Amino acid sequence: MTSRQRDEHPDGIDRPLDPQPGHSSRGRLERVLRRGEFAVTTELNPPDSADPEDVYNRAKVFDGWVDAINAVDASGANCHMSSVGICALLTRMGYAPIMQIACRDKNRIAIQGDVLGGAAMGVANMLCLTGDGVQAGDQPGAKPVFDLDCMSLLETIRIMRDNGKFLSGRKLTTPPQVFLGAAINPFAPPFDFRPYRLGKKIAAGAQFVQSQYCFDVPMFRNYMQRVRDLGYTEQCFILCGVGPLASAKTAKWIRSNVPGIHIPDAIIKRLEGAQDQKKEGKQLAIDIINEVKEIPGVSGIHVMAYRQEEYVAEIVDESGVLKGRRPWKREMRSDDQLVADRLDHILHDDIVETQSDLVKTAH
Amino acid sequence: MSDTQPISTTAAGPANGAQIVPPAASGGVTQATVVSRTAPKTAYRPADVSPQRRVQRSYSVRLWAVRHSRALEWFYARFADIFLMLHPLWNRIGYSRVEAPVTFVEKRVKGLMFDCRMCGQCILSSTGMSCPMNCPKQLRNGPCGGVRANGNCEVEPDMPCVWVKAWEGSRNMVHGDKILDVQKPVDQSLRETSAWLRVTAQAAAARDAAKAQVSA
Repeated sequence: MTSRQRDEHPDGIDRPLDPQPGHSSRGRLERVLRRGEFAVTTELNPPDSADPEDVYNRAKVFDGWVDAINAVDASGANCHMSSVGICALLTRMGYAPIMQIACRDKNRIAIQGDVLGGAAMGVANMLCLTGDGVQAGDQPGAKPVFDLDCMSLLETIRIMRDNGKFLSGRKLTTPPQVFLGAAINPFAPPFDFRPYRLGKKIAAGAQFVQSQYCFDVPMFRNYMQRVRDLGYTEQCFILCGVGPLASAKTAKWIRSNVPGIHIPDAIIKRLEGAQDQKKEGKQLAIDIINEVKEIPGVSGIHVMAYRQEEYVAEIVDESGVLKGRRPWKREMRSDDQLVADRLDHILHDDIVETQSDLVKTAH
Repeated sequence: MSDTQPISTTAAGPANGAQIVPPAASGGVTQATVVSRTAPKTAYRPADVSPQRRVQRSYSVRLWAVRHSRALEWFYARFADIFLMLHPLWNRIGYSRVEAPVTFVEKRVKGLMFDCRMCGQCILSSTGMSCPMNCPKQLRNGPCGGVRANGNCEVEPDMPCVWVKAWEGSRNMVHGDKILDVQKPVDQSLRETSAWLRVTAQAAAARDAAKAQVSA
């Protein structure tokens, strides 16, 4: 019998964990953060397919290296498999997904329904986003909804969880138990408003935040200094967003085409000077992690490696942020082996058993 | 039989005609770029200009209002007092009857000064006199993460971000810290109604309730 992993339900990996005092969710990510461990989250590149195996295969590369996986909600306004669908698949397999909800595509009626549905499937973490504008995506003719904004979305879910009510005031019989997240971008103007905006998000219900890609560590350090001065680091877990750049060309393209991502010239120069730009991009991400993990108030990292997901494990490993800790991993258990043997016997061995034979073997 | 089939038509032409299928995006180019590149080319291309930009060609009055947020804050406080003083008059005429003419005036005045979108629940004094409904994402709680390095909007590259302006405007105001309050979602059923009258009626009701409490 293999010993059970920490943060796993004894009756099945897909079951929510036992509630703990002071926790608002029954998920793994909140436990890791509240224990004071350095958390690692990542992002699953959503497939353009209806095949569940695509999701499982993309999640498998993170096994044992991350504490939670973001299920993105049509990021960049490009159409992909929905975050609710991805979460449904991931929770079945015991993963801890962070369900992203963007306000671009759904009004408050649809969103509150998805929150209940997600929580019922065992989604313990939800990340509230405004979402990119439709003009950024592959369907610029779509109608932008933006019925709520990220702040009122946070507040809506907090009211559902803490007061057991819809936004309309109608009662919920079982409120959703979720750990609420939000996004921050310290790298876009107005810079002196950004820390207060985090304060607003905390007031609205954010318990953890993930930042936009950090390529400018001094800028992030300044932001964290102000956030600490305002006392927000005691009320909220801050995860710094990091990721590898594939090449100097990609970096330049991102800088001029993706609003909200700030890449200093020094970074591009460093990539251009490298022999193997892809390798240098990975090393750059590791160097940034090593710097940000030392900043007081940073509770973890969020590794975004779009189309370079295979590097997430290496980046996490080589930066040593886990300090030997092993996040949850799907493992074969002794009873799984029993079921597999039995199934194998039924499926592959040519057996013709009568009822009386069965009784004989049973005794 | 087949020629009686209805033909579905889209803006790009007949849907079942020869369609240009955009290929899948490869590295370095988004699917969005591929889609816009493969779109049929004609001389008249209104789709390149966003609906917002088509309506709004100049932002100078809006920016003037933000620069003078402190004066406007003072003026609005006096104006609200006068409106509240007139409460007995509104009440006698009937709020529902006075609604139409007041809305008419309010829409034009605020439309000129702030590019008002008549959401019906004005929060200009909490947002530095920069109307948040002009944000393409209609954010009422602060700027999104997509603000460009020059302080312009992610969706409208030549429009200054309304929230960058709101922050600047609020810093000049006496009660500028109201920008830190978390705003409730917009009640869409109040669109195209008068915020001035609603605020007045609510203030009058609050005043009456306070009076009743004192006398009780």
